[in-house]
Amino acid sequence: MTVTEVLAWVAFPYIAATSFFAGHIIRFRYDKYGWTSRSSQTYENKLLAWGSPLFHYGIFGVFAGHALGLFIPREWTEAIGIDEHAYHLIAVWGGSIATAVMIAGIIILLIRRSTVGRVVRVTTTMDVVMYTLLVATVVFGTAALLKHQIFGEAFNYRGTISPWLRSLMIFQPDVTLMTGVPLAFQLHVLTAVALFLVWPYTRLVHVLSAPFGYLFRPYVVYRSRDAQRGARKTPRGWEHSYTVESDPAGSRSTDSGSMDSGSMDSGSTASGSNPSERERAGR
Amino acid sequence: MRVMAQMSMVMNLDKCIGCHTCSVTCKQVWTNRDGMEYVWFNNVETRPGLGYPRGYEDQEKWKGGWERTKRGRLKMRAGGRMSLLFRIFANPNLPTIDDYYEPWTYDYDMLTKAPQTKNGPVARPKSQLTGKDLDIQWSGNWDDNLGGSQETAADDPILAHMSEHVKMEFEETFMFYLPRICEHCLNPTCVSACPSGAMYKREEDGIVLVDQDACRGWRMCVSGCPYKKVYFNHKTNKAEKCTLCYPLIEQGKPTICSETCVGRLRYLGLMLYDADAVLEAASIENEHELLEAQRNVMLDPFDPAVIAAAKSEGMADDWIEAAQKSPIYKLLSEYKVALPLHPEYRTMPMVWYIPPLSPVVDVVSNTGNDGEDVRNLFAAIDKLRIPLEYLAGLFTAGDTAPVEQSLRKLAAMRSYMRDINLGNEPDESIAQAVGMTGTEIEAMYRLLAIAKYEDRYVIPKAHVEQARDLEDLACSLDGDGGPGMGGPERSDRLRSPRKPATPSGATVAGFKALKNMSDPTQPSTPGRLNLLNWDGRGGDSGLFPPAEPAGGSA
Ligand code: SF4
Ligand code: SF4
Repeated sequence: MTVTEVLAWVAFPYIAATSFFAGHIIRFRYDKYGWTSRSSQTYENKLLAWGSPLFHYGIFGVFAGHALGLFIPREWTEAIGIDEHAYHLIAVWGGSIATAVMIAGIIILLIRRSTVGRVVRVTTTMDVVMYTLLVATVVFGTAALLKHQIFGEAFNYRGTISPWLRSLMIFQPDVTLMTGVPLAFQLHVLTAVALFLVWPYTRLVHVLSAPFGYLFRPYVVYRSRDAQRGARKTPRGWEHSYTVESDPAGSRSTDSGSMDSGSMDSGSTASGSNPSERERAGR
Repeated sequence: MRVMAQMSMVMNLDKCIGCHTCSVTCKQVWTNRDGMEYVWFNNVETRPGLGYPRGYEDQEKWKGGWERTKRGRLKMRAGGRMSLLFRIFANPNLPTIDDYYEPWTYDYDMLTKAPQTKNGPVARPKSQLTGKDLDIQWSGNWDDNLGGSQETAADDPILAHMSEHVKMEFEETFMFYLPRICEHCLNPTCVSACPSGAMYKREEDGIVLVDQDACRGWRMCVSGCPYKKVYFNHKTNKAEKCTLCYPLIEQGKPTICSETCVGRLRYLGLMLYDADAVLEAASIENEHELLEAQRNVMLDPFDPAVIAAAKSEGMADDWIEAAQKSPIYKLLSEYKVALPLHPEYRTMPMVWYIPPLSPVVDVVSNTGNDGEDVRNLFAAIDKLRIPLEYLAGLFTAGDTAPVEQSLRKLAAMRSYMRDINLGNEPDESIAQAVGMTGTEIEAMYRLLAIAKYEDRYVIPKAHVEQARDLEDLACSLDGDGGPGMGGPERSDRLRSPRKPATPSGATVAGFKALKNMSDPTQPSTPGRLNLLNWDGRGGDSGLFPPAEPAGGSA
């Protein structure tokens, strides 16, 4: 266990994780206005129409694969009757298809980002950093996939990398697990960790805003102005209040309630800053 | 019944001279920033014409608004919630900036810095997106006054839906201006399409807004709005839209576009409506019935039951009173001369229009006949099918009858009032011919033709129990020489800088601000930057107070 190893497999991941969580919280607290997907679709549509969905759907597959490989211990999959061979087949085939789709998307997006004048001009330094780390992660990951999983004799990451990650998560880091891992995997892990480090300071924040709450809220969102100004007189302290508690909306509309979308951005200012503001179900 | 109030607007198209003052003042106040160069919250388009963005009315292409499913339910034309989320990575219906126009500036530097040459220097257009030379092809009002319309007007989605002969003849026939802002719809697709729930309709006055802190730039509102009145700020990457100047409205003042309108053709006031009835009305099968359905959603502010319901919802008395005095109520529900823009989008728009009679009058006068004679006008309305059909395409989903009724009322008003102006006995039969009384016609004339400031704008102030907060929010347009200067007694004391010292509630700071503002040579805070004209680039000295002398020159 050398110092470098401890730095790389313990210190660095913890720093990155701290940065990831603290960065998101701080940014959400102080920079909601800057929290966006930074879409450039209004500048250019034709390349994006292919590149962006390919990339995003590809990466969903990749993400699902990683979640499976990293967080589901081998004993569990075996317990439900998936033996090592079957698992390997599923992982390699599924992983290859998802990776191919993602890479196709990323190539289109990179071409777009570097050749379309309007898009080039709005590319920030953080975009470049983010793209570099992302591409590096993808390249090393793909290299590892090709060299070891497809053409080599399958490297057992579920006995090394996965338990290492889980050891970090329960704050009992086990460095030795990572020392024997092939270089391509090591680099893949390191670049990925670096990506998580810069994540909150890039456009990637939009990932946390994935708007699943949309599926469950009423179509039309109503919101009151702040309690002090409105069509309604602000009641004196001893009077019945229309805007604060005893929400009359509940009795008026059938499916009232908050439209909280479950994601981090849900009704940020709506429910956050002012308790008297509320959204009411339209219908 | 769930009574809600809606701040609404009516525009009297006959009076629009197409001067674009409204667009320019709006731009100065709201969209003179980077990322918003191409954005016009208020735009004025010449019709027939393509509009802005180009051909936005072609919903087969843009898929804005709602459509009625076979089962009688409303569904967003772009698809349900699931399919919207699946297409969030690349919105297939999003207009690109080229559908509006590529914003540009000129390299003015050339004019002053070019070395001496044989030919004079030229300031060439430069794209504000790429900084490169730009061959200008289109703008927000490229086909203004039918300029170049021979080339483009065939693509006007309204004309495209009319019969063939129109395309050949329309040029000699008619032309008018259509100023547009956000409709602040009762059933807004923009709000419904927003995945983040960042857009909302205000409970108090129905103004539709984007919460800038909650917007994540998913762009679904932009394509969802059939009027294309939500815009993507390509610098902040958030959606922005017409706010109906809510900071002014809250103070009981009209919007910038209304205040500065040269034709004085805009009306602002409250409408009470039954929020529970909106969805059903918007789902009516026959598009021609949508107008009547929307009228029925509106509530009579004099009806005791409505008043009681409004009060039980906590609506303040002065708001109910304002709804009773509302010019919008008169134009929509009493005289029924105003019509909604594209009711067939089923969003229940709340900026309505009085269709222009001028194309008809022009034809009558041009043929040497008396353009104020009611028989000539009625006959012309009957005969001029083309403008009628076109107006119907805009305002009534193609049903000419309501447009005709509206125009006949305007024609009757014209003739009836001529008699009075000439000192003749007014002819009651003219009024009867359009189902009105002479008194009603005169009242309508006062509202439409005299159009006094206090009749045009009946805007109750937001309830401000912390009145002082708003007192200090002096509007920068109210200074001497500012467009908002002066105004009638009725509006609050902030309007007139000459008597700002009304004691109650006026703070010293507010007083000073007003005093400074009334002197145009004096910036409101000396040495400070006026953020209203700041383009965000450079020049940040003055953003902060001068540094302490001891602290050096930082
Ligand atoms: S007109 Fe305004 S309120 Fe209506 S859908 Fe468009 S942006 Fe929304
Ligand atoms: S300022 Fe008034 S008259 Fe001029 S274009 Fe605008 S709406 Fe028409």
